[in-house]
This record gives sequence, structure tokens and C-alpha cells, in this order.
Amino acid sequence: MNLLTALARLLLFPGLLFAVPAAWFFLWVERKAVALMQGRIGPPFMQPFYDFVKLLGKTTPPRTGIGGLLMRLWPLLAVSAAAGAVGMLPVLPASGGFEGDLILLLALLELPSVCIIAAGFTSRSIFSEIGSAREAALSVSYNIVFLLAIVSIAAAQHTFRLEALATMPASPLLWLGIAALLVCLPARLHLNPFSLPNAEQEIYSGPMIEYAGPELALWELSHGLEWVAATGLVATLLAPHITLWWMAVLLFIALSFLLVLLLSTLAAATARLAIDTTVRFYWQCSLLFAVLAISSALLMRLRS
Amino acid sequence: MNLWKRLMCACRRRSPWLFHMNSGSCNGCDIELVASLSPRYDAEQLGVRLEGSPRHADILCITGPVTKNSVGAIRTVYAQACSPKAVVAIGSCPATTNVFIDSRTLAGPLDKHIPVDVFVPGCPPRPDAIIQGIAQAAAILAERGMDTPQAEISIAAPQAAVHHEVQP
Repeated sequence: MNLLTALARLLLFPGLLFAVPAAWFFLWVERKAVALMQGRIGPPFMQPFYDFVKLLGKTTPPRTGIGGLLMRLWPLLAVSAAAGAVGMLPVLPASGGFEGDLILLLALLELPSVCIIAAGFTSRSIFSEIGSAREAALSVSYNIVFLLAIVSIAAAQHTFRLEALATMPASPLLWLGIAALLVCLPARLHLNPFSLPNAEQEIYSGPMIEYAGPELALWELSHGLEWVAATGLVATLLAPHITLWWMAVLLFIALSFLLVLLLSTLAAATARLAIDTTVRFYWQCSLLFAVLAISSALLMRLRS
Repeated sequence: MNLWKRLMCACRRRSPWLFHMNSGSCNGCDIELVASLSPRYDAEQLGVRLEGSPRHADILCITGPVTKNSVGAIRTVYAQACSPKAVVAIGSCPATTNVFIDSRTLAGPLDKHIPVDVFVPGCPPRPDAIIQGIAQAAAILAERGMDTPQAEISIAAPQAAVHHEVQP
């Protein structure tokens, strides 16, 4: 029974059956929101799905001098890690099954970014190497803020268990942590003020430049799944504890949608920063959050 | 035609990704191509996306009268785009070499080097015309199924035009 519940969570909800259409929907919302902000009409509703199917039907040109197996492996790994991260989100209250903890979820959320870095260096194009180097610098910068925010939230609850964190009552510490997570999300999703790894006017497509056909389709899908996982993590932390399962699901979807809208509006309203400005921004951010998170964690320890 | 092929045709028609290439153009057509993606004309309604790499692209938009220097690049880019693919020649230059005809620095017109699917005439053509050309190319792309392999050119044979002798 436990195994069945775990499989249902991974494959049905919030796993693949929900996550893949949600990924396409969020990709569409992002493009549509940017188009509306620019006074355009924007792509039709099914556009990410059309793109995905079209890319599946394309051939891949021979790539000489590149490890073909490795090139095929990275997008697969990224998609499965992102899908696993979505499957672990504690959306349904007390659903049972496989209860992972926050550390596993963070590792799975981080894997797509590692795959992007590795893919860029595997493809040995100068543009993708620049993109990968930028992604690596960015990842080192924003992850400190991200992890410190998670540490402060976990310290408030004295646990790394996801179910306990999802049902946590709202507290100033939780809001602080969520604010820190929100600061990191644009960089994690390669959105506009921090869209450095895939800066299309500077380095074409960055790490993805040598990819084509089905492999590119998998990268697009993994990007969509990252959207679902990252906004879903914040949504589950934000959502109050509800015992009705359908209310919990609806609230989760609505909160994720609002977060996607917020992030896309930010992306449309800003221009890309330079890499040194971005890194400096996150390191200064991290100093503030380091002091706050460590001091609050210590205070919590002393009080209990 | 089975269901998967019909779906694939529909998706190819609705998701044309462009790669823009300048083969010695005066920049007039390039500006008009970018204008067709701007808020006033908004080609993204048709699913158009401008891509940075020819490997991601379905439609190559080529402007300019094809200078001798650019022939090698054009053939490389055409070979790197994954099939099914279509070529749109934007402006009068790639069609006829326009006012640069008989210039000794030219190796045009474009269809001497790669197969062209749609010509969009004009000097420069209006963004509406460019969007119509892209839509036609997308329809051609949808027809160009998996069972009719596309004519591939070999990039191994170097073009005489690249290392040309300058005539007095």
C-alpha cells in the first residue's frame, strides 16, 4: 500500500501526469505574460505542447568530436530529477507513501542546474562553455541565499521533514525565509534580471546551443518542470494547513499560478544584469540572510 | 495518414522557429524581419520564435545578395539545420541580387547554393509580407513529412567562390 501511494504520488499527482501539463501551462503563462506586458497578443494556449511535439519529430545532425552518450544523458537526467522533485512536494496533507525530506528535495532541485553546466562543457562549443561558466557562478551565488533561507525555515520547525514543514503555522521566520526563496527564484529559473546562462543576444542559447530535436525538447520540458517544482515548493510553504484534499490541490495550483505571474511580470519589466552585478547582489543578500538565519536558528535553540 | 503524423503536421505548422542569417545585406531587410517580431506585427501569435542556433531552427531566413565570403557560411548553416527545414529568402537581393547584379564580389542569387522554398520580394519587403512568407514556409514544412527525405547538400566540397581570383 505504501509503495502504491508512493508510485501514485510520483506518476499521478503531483507527479508526471499533473506536472507535465502544468509545465507546459506555466511555460505558456510566462510567454503570454511577457507578451501582454509588451502590448502584444502572444502565443496560442497550446504553444509549448506544439513546440515539444515538433522537436520530437526532428532529426539530430551528427556531432563530431562530442561524447554522444553523455550529450543524450544530461537532458534525461535533468528531466527525471525535476519530475522527482515535483513528485516529492507535500501537496496533499498526510498522503502517506514515500516521505522524503527537504535535503533530498533540494538535491533534486539542484540537479537540473548541474546537468546544464555539464551539458555546456560536454558540447565543447565556446558559447555553451561561457553559458556554463555563468550558470556555475550564478548557482554558487544564489544557492547560498536559497540554502540559508531553507535552514532558517527548518530551524524554526526543528525538522527537515517535508510534511511537517508544509503544515507549519505562519511566523515571521517563515515569511523571511519565503522572501529569500523568492529572491532566488528568478536566478534558478533563468529569468530576466538574472537570465545570464541563456543570454540569447550575447551567447545565443548558452549551454543548449549544440542540442537539437528530441534532446532539446527534453531540455524545454525540464525547464517547465523546474518551474513547477520551484514555484510548488514556495506554494506548499505558503499554503495554510487544509485537511480537504481538493481544497489543498486547488490552493496549490492557484498559488503556483500567482507566483508564475509575479515572476514573469518581473522578467518582462527588467533588463539583464551583468554577471558581476548579479553575483555581487546575491553575495550581499546572502550576508544579510546569513546573519538573520544563523541568529534566528540559535535563538530558537536557546528558547526550546 | 495516421494520428501521430497528423499531429506532427499540425505542430510543425504552428511552431516555426527562425534562424536569421545575413549574407551581405544592407541591413534593411534585417530591420524589417525584427520589426515583424515587434509588438505591432507580433509574429509570435503564429508560434514564431527567433533562435540563436541553426540547430534549433526550422526556417532559415536569409537576407542579402550572397557575397562570395558568405557562401561557405550559408552552406554550413543549411547543413546544420535539422530536417525538416525550409528556407525563406527575404528581399529582392537573394532572389535576383537586385542592384548589385554583375558585381564581382557576389556569388548570388541564393538558389544557386541551397534550395529556397519561399521568396519574399521587396526592397525591403514589408513586415506583413515577411510574416506571410514565414506562414507559407511553415505550411510547406508541415507537408514535408518524414517519408519524403529532404535534399541534403554536402558541405565537404568547398565552393570555388570562397577562394576566388580577383579579376582585373
